[in-house]
Amino acid sequence: MDFALNEQQEMMQTLARDFLTGEYTDKVLRAMAGDEKGYTPELWKKLAEMNLLGLSIPEDYGGIGDFLDLIVVLEEMGRACFISPFFSTVVLGASSIIETGSDEQKQKFLPGISEGKTIITLALAEELAKYTPDAIQTKATQQGGDFVISGVKLFVTDAHVSDYLICAAMTGEAENPRERISLFIVDINTPGVSCKSLKTISGDKQAEVTFDNVKVSGDNVLGEIDKGWPYAQKILQKANVARCAEMVGLAQQALNITRDYAKERIAFGHPIGAFQSVQHRCADMLIDIDGSRFATYQAAWRINKGLPAAREVAIAKAWVSQACRRVMNSAHQVHGAIGFTEDHILHYYTKKARASEFSFGGVDYHLEQLSTHS
Amino acid sequence: MDFTFTPEEEAFRKEVAAFLEKEVPQEYREKRLTFFDMSAQHDWIQVHRAMAEKLGAKGWLSRHWPREYGGQDASPFYRLILREELSRYHSPGYDSIGAGIVAPALLLKGSEEQKKQHLPGIASGKVIWCETLSEPGHGSDLASIEVFAREDADCFTINGQKIWTTNGHFADWNALVVRTDREVTPKYRGLTFFLVDMKTPGITVNPVINIAGHHEFNEVFFDDVRVPKENIVGGLNKGFYVVMSLLDYERTSDTAYAVAGTYLEDLAEYARDNNLLNPIMVNRLAQLRADCEVARLLHYRVTWMQSRGTVPNYESAMSKMYGFELLQRVSEFGMELLGQYSQLTGESARVPMYGRIPSCYLRSFGHSLEQGTSEIDRDVIAQRGLGLPRLR
Repeated sequence: MDFALNEQQEMMQTLARDFLTGEYTDKVLRAMAGDEKGYTPELWKKLAEMNLLGLSIPEDYGGIGDFLDLIVVLEEMGRACFISPFFSTVVLGASSIIETGSDEQKQKFLPGISEGKTIITLALAEELAKYTPDAIQTKATQQGGDFVISGVKLFVTDAHVSDYLICAAMTGEAENPRERISLFIVDINTPGVSCKSLKTISGDKQAEVTFDNVKVSGDNVLGEIDKGWPYAQKILQKANVARCAEMVGLAQQALNITRDYAKERIAFGHPIGAFQSVQHRCADMLIDIDGSRFATYQAAWRINKGLPAAREVAIAKAWVSQACRRVMNSAHQVHGAIGFTEDHILHYYTKKARASEFSFGGVDYHLEQLSTHS
Repeated sequence: MDFTFTPEEEAFRKEVAAFLEKEVPQEYREKRLTFFDMSAQHDWIQVHRAMAEKLGAKGWLSRHWPREYGGQDASPFYRLILREELSRYHSPGYDSIGAGIVAPALLLKGSEEQKKQHLPGIASGKVIWCETLSEPGHGSDLASIEVFAREDADCFTINGQKIWTTNGHFADWNALVVRTDREVTPKYRGLTFFLVDMKTPGITVNPVINIAGHHEFNEVFFDDVRVPKENIVGGLNKGFYVVMSLLDYERTSDTAYAVAGTYLEDLAEYARDNNLLNPIMVNRLAQLRADCEVARLLHYRVTWMQSRGTVPNYESAMSKMYGFELLQRVSEFGMELLGQYSQLTGESARVPMYGRIPSCYLRSFGHSLEQGTSEIDRDVIAQRGLGLPRLR
């Protein structure tokens, strides 16, 4: 048993923390939350220069580090409430290609990701906003060597700035929805693809993507035809744990600013942090954060080792989501009215935490998964 | 990072399980009741002692101690594995006071003579301990302890009343904290830690029965009880520091998370067999399973810190409190799951699970009080873990 980060993980943590503390100030966060693109090319270039965009990508394809290194960095990004297409590109896009791609596809896309030239996202959910194979109604019909995709995808993060979309579509007629899904990588400029941004409460950039008779070649299939769902499940496991890591960081920072405020704010002649009612709230926040972190790292460690992780991922996402919610609620309560204003930074964290919680299945979905895996 | 046990640790777990499979009395295994659930039975203390001696003979109670005191310098994860398996088999025999907290406190603060005198008895399972801290007027506020020990030539003479002494009615020795200086401020600087033979003349032990009907607690009266000076641990008027390290161990030695996990799976099994798992109960069960996993990780973190020679700080208060409060929630879930049947005691013909459900539930009211209240634990987490200021 070992709960410590290794040297490389500590290095990545420090690198990411120092960079984000320096570059991603509250002022930048506010600007990016309101910005249509949600990132600047300069910042993206810096991420590439620091090799952060190559995290978890195999070295043969220009990457560095493993999934746990990526998780450590995502926690730091949570602490900074970092808005960018990083999650879409490195977690969703790169993971999908790593899990499913042929050597040729990996050569084609992965170096571009780590060099900062390619932004990719995953288009999975549809109208039902569910992460189960039966919820995928988008169809890809074979026409000779090509496929024609039609359907509407929702909650596609960063679609508006992406170069490619990974799209899950029905290819087969199998009654079992798990046996009829295929994954495609689609150039966003292919005729018939259109994006409409979905305004959300957080700074997350989400979109509705319509595929209207989008013709792609057979080379664009990731993995095997009709066998995409098991891959999607693996990608979803990584995506969910990655969201957990973000939430751990978000919650940690919310606690940090709450703790500082509780030490400074004077009421009835004492710092409010000296009152037991406030202390006990803060103590519960720390329990939620420590518990969240270990549940997240346990699941991530198992994925990284290639061990079965369905149970641990379900536990992590269900638990961390609720814990993070409790932490945010308490952060607001301790801050009092000032935390209720747009001027204060806290609401960005609260809102992003909710976005992370809901993406790739909420608490109910993951508790249900846990029931089937226990 | 590593979230698994070593192959050696896994082998040890199998060895313990195989041993318990053979040795745990059939009735305990079948009924899956706690040690104190059995306190109505005439022979329960003998069963506990016999099992303790068997564990001692295996060398398992002291495996994680230094070699010079009879241990094998093993990682504290061996203690954790032993206790998880004991919980899983509903086995009596682990002296949670002696092996759990007095031994580590002695290893840390005891004199060479004290270690030589007391550690072998704990390691062998032959000497059972109790601890006596609380008084009728002072629980959480330990620094206010009033029971007084008067210096008297080569002895101290103790007078007064203590309460909530677990196992006091059959323990052989007692770890006692009393006042030796009434004038000093702050008050905690006037406390001294004594090791007391329970056979010393002047000690009277009366039962205090808890709301679950268990005989677990006692009140202990000291009437001119003479204790030799060499039984002081950590120095005269320095008892508070010994108590603090003892409490730190107490917070790390509980197995509430393991008991909660075992109990929850027992409930799940019963619910499946009896078709009680409607969608609402399925959801509750899944939630509690996730909670149990987190409790386990919080506890493993503390043991991992100990395995690296780090002294856990707020982390132990966190794991102890979370585990105990979780056990309360699991106990409540048991009541909810069984509905009206959950009220039936073991004496009722229609009782499910031998009356374990109301017993666990009623006992669970104590979980947020014992070994320091949840309030004290949250104080510790906020003040030591987050550096929030103290008002008092």
